[in-house]
Amino acid sequence: MFSFCIEPATLPQWQWFACYLTTATHLQFYRSFGVVLVLLAITAPVALGMGMLGALALRARLWPVRLVGQGYVNLVRGVPDIVFFLFVPIALGQGIEWVLHHINCPDWEQPIRQGNDFIVCREAKVPPNNAARWVFELYAFIMAVVAFALVFGAFVANTLYGAMQAVPRAQVETAEAYGMTRGQAFRRVVMPQMWVYALPGLSNIWQILIKATPLLFLLGIQDAVYWARELGGQKTSLYAYPHPDWRMWYFLALLCFYLLLTWGSERVFARLNDRLSHGQATAAGERLRKAAA
Amino acid sequence: MRTCWESFEGYALRALGRDFGERLLPRGLDITLCDQVFLIGSGLIWTIYFAALAIIFGFFLATAVALARASHTPWLNRPAGAFIFVFRGSPLFIQFFFFYSAFVLLPRAGIDIPLGFVTLTVQTSALTTAQVGGLIVLVLNTTAYSAELFVGALRSIPKGDLEAADAYGLTGFTRFRRVIWPNMLRLAWPSYTNEAIFLTHSTTLVFLSAFPARQQSGEAFYYARYFVDQTFNPFFAYPLVAAYFIALTLAIIGLFGIANRRLNQHLPREQRLRIRFRPQYLR
Repeated sequence: MFSFCIEPATLPQWQWFACYLTTATHLQFYRSFGVVLVLLAITAPVALGMGMLGALALRARLWPVRLVGQGYVNLVRGVPDIVFFLFVPIALGQGIEWVLHHINCPDWEQPIRQGNDFIVCREAKVPPNNAARWVFELYAFIMAVVAFALVFGAFVANTLYGAMQAVPRAQVETAEAYGMTRGQAFRRVVMPQMWVYALPGLSNIWQILIKATPLLFLLGIQDAVYWARELGGQKTSLYAYPHPDWRMWYFLALLCFYLLLTWGSERVFARLNDRLSHGQATAAGERLRKAAA
Repeated sequence: MRTCWESFEGYALRALGRDFGERLLPRGLDITLCDQVFLIGSGLIWTIYFAALAIIFGFFLATAVALARASHTPWLNRPAGAFIFVFRGSPLFIQFFFFYSAFVLLPRAGIDIPLGFVTLTVQTSALTTAQVGGLIVLVLNTTAYSAELFVGALRSIPKGDLEAADAYGLTGFTRFRRVIWPNMLRLAWPSYTNEAIFLTHSTTLVFLSAFPARQQSGEAFYYARYFVDQTFNPFFAYPLVAAYFIALTLAIIGLFGIANRRLNQHLPREQRLRIRFRPQYLR
């Protein structure tokens, strides 16, 4: 990185650290924090969408749809989600390959499960065997997003459902009295107002989602935890930058990163709550009204 | 192939160590369904060990931290707040890694603390095991979460009860033991039940993080993951471990429900707080 980094062993302390902290592997370590943020940025809207669908299913008038919604929410919420994080990527991957196998290779004779192996024909491999390394990494990442979205979608569905129910009933009745259809009343009255009721729950889920991201490590993705373990481990003099076991400091840095993230988002949600509470028939809205008057 | 009875004998207590049953875990094609049922079941020994001890220690520590947090003395209030913030704001998974790598750095022989006339040697080698070190992390974590619940409960103790305590001339520890503490527990109990459930579920993280499973003795999810790695078939071991955890959850709800009834027994029926299962697993 810096021009003086050619012979690290001879450098004075601060220059040694400047060089050490900007090695190629360290840059990958910093990038992995970006991966966490990207995962959050993708998963949150997807989970919100899943949750919205789930909540609508819970409210549906057709009982089979309602049953699907209830099944989804209760199943995911009733089972430890670490089980889900590890189960979904494998099960989904095998499911996709199984379907592709039956489409692409209908005349394949052997069973797919042979003892402890899961064998599908070459055309059904996802991603293909000869794919580049980044394709495999992307695939693993997408699987992680799906697993996160499935689990958190169920949490969100429950929260949004509660929020929809919490919108004062009288307002919906007023909308109906004006001749709005059920759909119109939902779009014009319930949807804009439900968020203030949903916000405490959503903020809670967001905090949980942040704290779930280190589990990416378990899915074999080279995230911050992976690099902290790699970089922090003891390095002998064979390496350019020998140092004793520094894992504790790396994990301390990770701890601070997550504390900052949860602390920051707590403040953002507090702001958002204030803004959404304007003109609402809630205690917070009443306080804002009095403060302004 | 083993019969079901043989796998029961071989693996029902295997989680305690390799002297309790078969030395090696079943491998590859040799794995039967009964092996999975009993070995994962034997892992529940450690699940219950972690959960029960962490809840018991965490309960008393959390009461102390909550009282410190609710006090008006800054040098009690601030550290308690910082403790709660750190342990609730960061992922338990990272906490395990951090504490493990910190424990590893401690000198193996133990730390000598000279007290003038005698030298006290603190044993540190046990801290790197999951059974001690991991338990400490779980205790600290559940302390922070429970303390937050208890603080909220302390703030919402009915004013009338406190006034009644004053009217009877109760002060100091008697006032705390007779009025404040039972009320705090009563108000916090439904959410504390959920906390106990989350804690039980997060014991799965102990062996998934840094702490090693010596002699391949781990908790239930450690074995489930082992079987999935061996058989590449997630459709039996994971649902099985999920079923075990649901059973544990129901047991916790039952046990805490008994305590809840006792805490609420002086109240008219409609004012009693009910336990509602609100699962949000990760922390």
